[in-house]
Amino acid sequence: MARVVVDVMLKPEILDPQGQAVQRALPRLGFTGIADVRQGKRFELELEGPVDEAALARIREAAETFLANTVIEDFTVRVEQP
Amino acid sequence: MSARIGVVTFPGSLDDRDAQRAVRLAGAEPVALWHRDQDLHQVDAVVLPGGFSYGDYLRCGAISRFSPVMDSVIEQARAGMPVLGICNGFQVLCESHLLPGALTRNDSLHFVCRDQRLRIENTGTAWTSAYVPNAEITVPLKNGEGRFVADEHTLDQLEAEGRVVARYLDVNPNGSYRDIAGISNAAGNVVGLMPHPEHAIEPLTGPGTEGLGFFASILKQLVSA
Repeated sequence: MARVVVDVMLKPEILDPQGQAVQRALPRLGFTGIADVRQGKRFELELEGPVDEAALARIREAAETFLANTVIEDFTVRVEQP
Repeated sequence: MSARIGVVTFPGSLDDRDAQRAVRLAGAEPVALWHRDQDLHQVDAVVLPGGFSYGDYLRCGAISRFSPVMDSVIEQARAGMPVLGICNGFQVLCESHLLPGALTRNDSLHFVCRDQRLRIENTGTAWTSAYVPNAEITVPLKNGEGRFVADEHTLDQLEAEGRVVARYLDVNPNGSYRDIAGISNAAGNVVGLMPHPEHAIEPLTGPGTEGLGFFASILKQLVSA
């Protein structure tokens, strides 16, 4: 089965308080040198059929209308090679 | 015949009963609407109540927005039917693109629950006409993702068109841009509000009765229509 991955991230200009909280916790745990953290979402879609251009177009549509809120989020769609 | 105001119940709605009660106390007939039922049962207006519809999965309001009842609500709202979204209902309205912008995680990361002072800045909407201009009211606020964000152009447009319906006073509880607590669409029939006027309708159970104006406003509009 083919897997398509949709990554959703808050747009750069939108404050990400969760990412900031993670970043502030890192030095306390000894993980230094990390200047910034942004937290996002990853969706793994298992396709029943082949990953052709039509299938990817439908997934982009799903990402645009549902998986991401494009008012505040950007998304990328990629095929994960087995 | 009294005005019929629908209150939608999604799985995870919390404040649907309080919203129904507010409608009743204002003098209208509350009509319970179910998320899977596309039929709005001839209501004159709809309230989308607070809560955590569909567990806030994906994003707050993102799944509710595609529920069968919302197909009808969106269609009727575009045709001019008054709709008030409170808290989670506001999130549903933004996800539906009936209102611009989005509601994101509070800048403090804390769930905030407090009696909040607001200024009603637009009394021309279907839901605020019973208030005097710039009325200052206190109603409960309770949210974890109530931070209103939109791009600068949209914010400027909202301000210029007087569509900032309510603004936080004293403190900004969640980091909302420009202290925005509530907005309306261009026509003024759709209003989204993060604080909870339906919890401020009786002295016994709330900080006062200053939330009742939202429900008195819609009744006034429907009766005079």
